[in-house]
Amino acid sequence: MSSRRSKVAPQYDVIVVGSGAGGGMSAYQLSVQGLKVLLLEAGRDYDPVTETPMFQTPKDAPLRGSGNADKPFGFYDATVDGGWRVPGEPFTTAPGSQFSWWRSRMLGGRTNHWGRISLRMGPYDFKPKSRDGLGEDWPMTYDTMAPYYDKAELLIGVYGGDDDLENTPRSSPGVLQPPPAARSYELLTKQACEPLKIPVIPAHRAVLTKRQDSARLPAKLHPGNALAQRVLRQSMNERMACFYATDCGRGCSIKANFQSTTVLIPPAMATGNVTLITDAMVREVSLDAQGKASGVHYIDKLTRVDHHVTAKVIVLAASACETSRIMLNSKSTLFPSGIANSSGVVGKYLMDTVGAGLSAQIPRLEGLPPVNEDGTAGIHMYMPWWNYGEQKAGKMSFARGYHIEFGGGRGMPGPGIFGGLESFTQGAYGRKFKEEARRYYGSFMYFDGRGEMIPNEDSYCEIDPSAVDQWGIPVLRFHWKWSDHETRQAAHMQQTFAEIIEKMGGTVQGTVQTDGSKAIATGGSIIHEVGTVRMGSDPKKSVLNEFGQTWDVKNLYVTDGATFVSNADKNPTLSILALAWRSCDHIVEELKRGNL
Amino acid sequence: MSDELHDAQHDELREDTKPMSNPMARRDALKAMAVAAMVPMLPESAAASPAPASREPLPLLDELQQQAKRKGPRGTPSDPVLQVAKADWPRKLLLRELATLGALCDMIIPADGKSPAASTVGAPGYINEWASRPGGDSSLVRVRGGLAWLDRESQARFGKRFHLATNAQRTAICDDICYQPKAKPEHQFAAQFFDTIRDQTATAFYTTPQGWKDLGYIGNVAIPTFEGPNAEIRRQIGLE
Repeated sequence: MSSRRSKVAPQYDVIVVGSGAGGGMSAYQLSVQGLKVLLLEAGRDYDPVTETPMFQTPKDAPLRGSGNADKPFGFYDATVDGGWRVPGEPFTTAPGSQFSWWRSRMLGGRTNHWGRISLRMGPYDFKPKSRDGLGEDWPMTYDTMAPYYDKAELLIGVYGGDDDLENTPRSSPGVLQPPPAARSYELLTKQACEPLKIPVIPAHRAVLTKRQDSARLPAKLHPGNALAQRVLRQSMNERMACFYATDCGRGCSIKANFQSTTVLIPPAMATGNVTLITDAMVREVSLDAQGKASGVHYIDKLTRVDHHVTAKVIVLAASACETSRIMLNSKSTLFPSGIANSSGVVGKYLMDTVGAGLSAQIPRLEGLPPVNEDGTAGIHMYMPWWNYGEQKAGKMSFARGYHIEFGGGRGMPGPGIFGGLESFTQGAYGRKFKEEARRYYGSFMYFDGRGEMIPNEDSYCEIDPSAVDQWGIPVLRFHWKWSDHETRQAAHMQQTFAEIIEKMGGTVQGTVQTDGSKAIATGGSIIHEVGTVRMGSDPKKSVLNEFGQTWDVKNLYVTDGATFVSNADKNPTLSILALAWRSCDHIVEELKRGNL
Repeated sequence: MSDELHDAQHDELREDTKPMSNPMARRDALKAMAVAAMVPMLPESAAASPAPASREPLPLLDELQQQAKRKGPRGTPSDPVLQVAKADWPRKLLLRELATLGALCDMIIPADGKSPAASTVGAPGYINEWASRPGGDSSLVRVRGGLAWLDRESQARFGKRFHLATNAQRTAICDDICYQPKAKPEHQFAAQFFDTIRDQTATAFYTTPQGWKDLGYIGNVAIPTFEGPNAEIRRQIGLE
């Protein structure tokens, strides 16, 4: 940054820290309302339009595109300087705790590579404690959030069906995009699940199956706001519908799926109200003499110069644990244990999603004629949780539900294809191997459970006093423990998958675990870590009110997954977007009233 | 970047042009000195001119250029250039080893009426890339050890190296090592090696256009609408 610029520091209304789901939505909503926003991103500038490897094949990549420690989800995955480790930015785990922290360092954050699965939390999910006495209730109800879910879905574009099941609410009419046709293995799974009374319904994913109605939607989403309507219309016109090729995890150059960098940041920048600084690693929120947040300190990663910028309102959306880290590192006389942490809750009640999986070989899928099953490069169907009644009646050994994501079929052959064929073919090679490969291709499937974890006292993050990262910022130390509710749920997943596979006439690959602690994925590895700066209705037990505003510092807000009170089995991104929108409406109103 | 720094760097570049006003004379002088003293050129260059070293690396400029590069991939392992991908590490297998490997790859995936043999689409080259990768030492040991074993076994049984043996002779060896549960104790390592090469040959072969065609993978093309399975497939899998 030039010396000229720091001499005449621009006055910002709001500083937004982070540009992913929460930060991107915040920058968009605040800038279209006419506020001057400084958007700080710890990673580099990233442009999906020019950088996405559309149609590139594994053959063109090193090691046929397979993953490694530098690119865990494969060479083409849209993750920059990230994964389970970030160069020069370590974290630690407490003895006896296993936790993996996924981060990325790029504009748009993790929205560039996610699975786009966009499930609403339902009425039970907002009041879990009222229902079964465990965990904590959110300070608002589903009915309060439903309009924001509608608006978020319309803004980003989500396909899905109109099923209306228990605690799996439908969107308002006309909100969702048409769901794509089911693939052969999805139809077969649906058939097998009918006698098991497991519903198999269209998945909800943030992918456009048709172009957005740019003539109507901007006015519907931003009534009376000409600026917002103009920039959103332009942004929607730049988005194409899915052409059913290229894995969504690479990002999307035609902007058919949702990523902050194609859907939120372009219209935010088009308002002229946003200043974006990338490679800006925020380390601390500063406090003024009146106990209000005055700005943030960040390190410019390319020059290693420390900067201080100021604004009327500070919005943290650095990703759940990174937001906690910034708050815990923001110590002052007023807040010796971190800014806005009079409750001591910052860092506490860290949650991930419960994950367990099982693979299968399905003879009925063998030797099918060629058919293009790429589809939207993600799930078209899924199973929402179906045992709410049994749980309510106390008939199950775990309290919360899970949904099932499943896949397989005739996808793009990539590295590791036919890795297990030795056992299936008793060691075939030669012409026999080629015949077996033709026969088995497309007949393998996987089932993944994604379940709710109940927040507990033993899962949290804190500052590790013995380590700093390469920017000199104290790092996080993670503590982690599953309860029986999660491990039993993981065992139930295994049993369910085995039943479905049996009904399909298939063969389980590997072992069906009856011990859930052997089936459950490591904490953090599902990459749905949320909580640590939770909302609540009691300032002694929570950090934020229902608008994401800290109880202690009224001009400090949090709009990322850190705000979560519970972690329903519904993948968190859509809820982060809806919650962030609501928080921004509150910021705008409070600024107008002169309250911040 | 600060303007002062930028200007300083700019001046340094201008200084650089001064000695070049008489390039021939300077080059001759340098050459003579280099020959006479057998000293590296760069220190001499610095000594020859009181101006800042013209051919020294310019850390300040490099740094500033790097700092200005906020957009686009930085070409590191965790931020590679995705559009022009390269596996740019040195390959370690010798030609001699590649000959044996190629013969084994083609025993696993030979040509048939539908598609070519594995070596035709570059499987040995890919396995060399894989076994030579940074951090892949144990893979390299397995591949090299296995290839050496294969040649010695072929020599012992048939008096010639594996790739020079007949198809029937090669088949005799492969039959002994193609399936770990049934391989004799003395063939356990060779059977592990064989399975590794089978997996890697399949990866190499079935990620090529020829391999895709063989399997009937017809995706990775833009299509306007996505249809579910047709009636024939629905009937075949038992949906109708």
